[in-house]
Amino acid sequence: MPVVEMVGITKHFGRVTANDHVDFELEKGEIHALLGENGAGKTTLMRILYGLYQADSGEIRVEGKPVHIGSPRDAIKLGIGMVTQHFALVPPFTVAENVIMGYRESLNMDIRAIEREVASAAARFGIAIDPAVQVRHLSVGQRQRVEILKALFRQAQVLILDEPTAVLVPQEVEALFETLRHLREQGISVVFISHKLNEVMAISDRVTVLRDGRVIDTLETATTTPPALARMMVGRETFGVVRQDAPQRDAEAVLEVQGLYAEDDRGLPAIKDISLVVRAGEILGIAGVGGNGQTELAETLCGIRRPSRGSIRVKGREVAGASPAEMTAAGVGRIPEDRHTGLVGDLTVAENLVMEVLPRFSRYGRLDKKQIHAYAQQLIEQFQIKARPGDRARTLSGGNLQKVLLARVLANQPDVIIAPQPTRGLDVGATEYVHNQLLAQRRRGAAILLISEDLDEIMALSDRIAVIYEGEIVGVLPVEDADVEHLGLLMSGVVKETQHGTAEV
Amino acid sequence: MIAAMFIATLAAATLRVATPILLAAIGETFAERAGVLNLGIEGTMFLGAFAGFYVADLSGSLWIGLAAAIAIGTVLGLLMAFLSVTLGVNQHVAGLGITLLAGGLALFAFRLNYGGSSTPPSIEPFERLSPLADVPLLGTILNQYALTYVTFLVIVPLAWWLLYRTSFGLKIRAVGENPEAADAAGINVFRIRYAALAIAGALMGAGGAFLSLAQLGAFTHGIISGRGWVAIALVIFGNWNPLKVLLGSLIFGGTFALQLRLQAMGLQLPIPYETFLALPYVVTIIALVIAGRQASYPAALLKPYRRE
Repeated sequence: MPVVEMVGITKHFGRVTANDHVDFELEKGEIHALLGENGAGKTTLMRILYGLYQADSGEIRVEGKPVHIGSPRDAIKLGIGMVTQHFALVPPFTVAENVIMGYRESLNMDIRAIEREVASAAARFGIAIDPAVQVRHLSVGQRQRVEILKALFRQAQVLILDEPTAVLVPQEVEALFETLRHLREQGISVVFISHKLNEVMAISDRVTVLRDGRVIDTLETATTTPPALARMMVGRETFGVVRQDAPQRDAEAVLEVQGLYAEDDRGLPAIKDISLVVRAGEILGIAGVGGNGQTELAETLCGIRRPSRGSIRVKGREVAGASPAEMTAAGVGRIPEDRHTGLVGDLTVAENLVMEVLPRFSRYGRLDKKQIHAYAQQLIEQFQIKARPGDRARTLSGGNLQKVLLARVLANQPDVIIAPQPTRGLDVGATEYVHNQLLAQRRRGAAILLISEDLDEIMALSDRIAVIYEGEIVGVLPVEDADVEHLGLLMSGVVKETQHGTAEV
Repeated sequence: MIAAMFIATLAAATLRVATPILLAAIGETFAERAGVLNLGIEGTMFLGAFAGFYVADLSGSLWIGLAAAIAIGTVLGLLMAFLSVTLGVNQHVAGLGITLLAGGLALFAFRLNYGGSSTPPSIEPFERLSPLADVPLLGTILNQYALTYVTFLVIVPLAWWLLYRTSFGLKIRAVGENPEAADAAGINVFRIRYAALAIAGALMGAGGAFLSLAQLGAFTHGIISGRGWVAIALVIFGNWNPLKVLLGSLIFGGTFALQLRLQAMGLQLPIPYETFLALPYVVTIIALVIAGRQASYPAALLKPYRRE
């Protein structure tokens, strides 16, 4: 008998159908992958199982018995635990406090005894963690381990992991998989939500593919192939982009960064002694785990953050310390990291499109609405934005918002393009669109700095790859010399490239 | 000997002045630890002061008056919870609304029952306990109201223990830091915030009643005169830790008691006496500026919690 059965689950959000009569079965002691694009309904289905959402119709059975799961509390009582993408941890609390929070009721807490208990549970499940340390001092990978431990400590027999590898470097992924195999041996069932085919192939026993809220199929992982899964997932034969032309290694250096330092919002050094060159017609990929100075680097290069030291040259002209407007004038185009702060939701698409070039459309401070409308209409057609010039920006989907941002930046034909996380949160179709736009700009001769946490994206688009770790560039290599394992070692700070070769750190 | 006596009476006055503010500040600590800034504190103290006085006057029992003040404070705390937690109203608006409402109610009820008499009606206030009355200096310092003893020796340690050593306190801190995490861990965020705000309201009501039932034995329009706002400053000064809040209340109380004495000395100084009146508030602001830099606010403060 399956541990969990979900039968005919349907869930609507407004007019959107997130789950459409979905059937899902989980056996005892299996790792079951839930595969699909963003918005396919994977997370919704599992949030229903964990009691964070209520299904509009359908039935959930746990060990054969129909159950009502109205809240996470109900789910926990039924032995279901979930680790979400945004960790549900309290940073100032210790590991032990996070683990027992809301579970262990006691009037007078004996913290030492609780720590001992948490430590022994961690040992039993093969999870290496110090229960007395505060969670805010832990790395992302360690925090994830705390989340898993938290669920297991609550006697979870079913563990739901929502995109657990999105935040991990390759070595941490392997450690996670090791833990999951260990849990499988102990009879614990794991639901592994992912859109990464390699990982699904590597870890799962069975896989259920979702598309547009419907189940396409459930099959044994061993009997299928990545291309077959990809077809089911996107509903067409091929996807992704291919870079065909060879990189230009001797073109003009358009963006030159020398010894750049900047501080983060707390005044601590965020980027240290960064030196980079990006040539015309080149994409330089910055790889690294999130929070290693990427945001600060992008902000400094766009003039949003003042460098504390160092030089930034665009086409030979020194621009370090310039304002965002001066940077734009100097030919630096910025695709904002956060779509929702890059655009003003209550303004129209047309108004957002001209925001950086207002002087062009105003006369004595009066905006020429007609000209703005015509300009917007032209960009909407050129960039295939599904919107009218007069639509409010906040009514647009994520993919269309990103198109508006790209249109705004690329219409100026910038010499330098700073693209931090340009596809984060986009579905496969929109991601492909962004990739093609970046490649088109590369062909036009723009110097592009692509910052991404997605190694596949970096590998697919970049001519050269620089790895950032704790605010420093720890290695730069041509894409043809880069392999995932080596990049992973650089990203996790294990090794560091120097002029004289690779050194262990 | 005169100097020692001066210090002893100053210390005694410090504890008296600090008591109502400390009670309210401990209450506010609970509210803010749970993620809710309760700006209803000033009004809750004011209505607590009135309710305590009125019920004590009616019933003839100071203790019943105190109980009434605690009850009305709890009700206002639950009202704050309903507005800010259930309805998700902006916490500034909800809190200031409660302060205006409670203030208006107290003045209205006061006029209805006591008219506009020029001399405020009074009752026989709580008597002070005087243990070790024969011991010089110490006897002077320990000559305090029972409620002061309870506040310093019971409520503050109990609040600390509740927040840091019980699972109830862990839940309060969790919903104030990361309600999503608390919810995912099976903690009922709404219930915990209601409980914290009820405790907060009860302590604020008691703080107000201390002024009317113990210190003054009367109710006047200016009875609270900003003590609630000072309490909010003390919570930040104390970094949301009851023990440090206690320290802050002593600094404020001490400066307040000192300026009273400076005024009473009738020193011939070329500055107006209002300068002394302002002293405790100036000190509070300075202390806040210094301590506020290191303040680590509960991360979810001011944010209503909604499941997506």
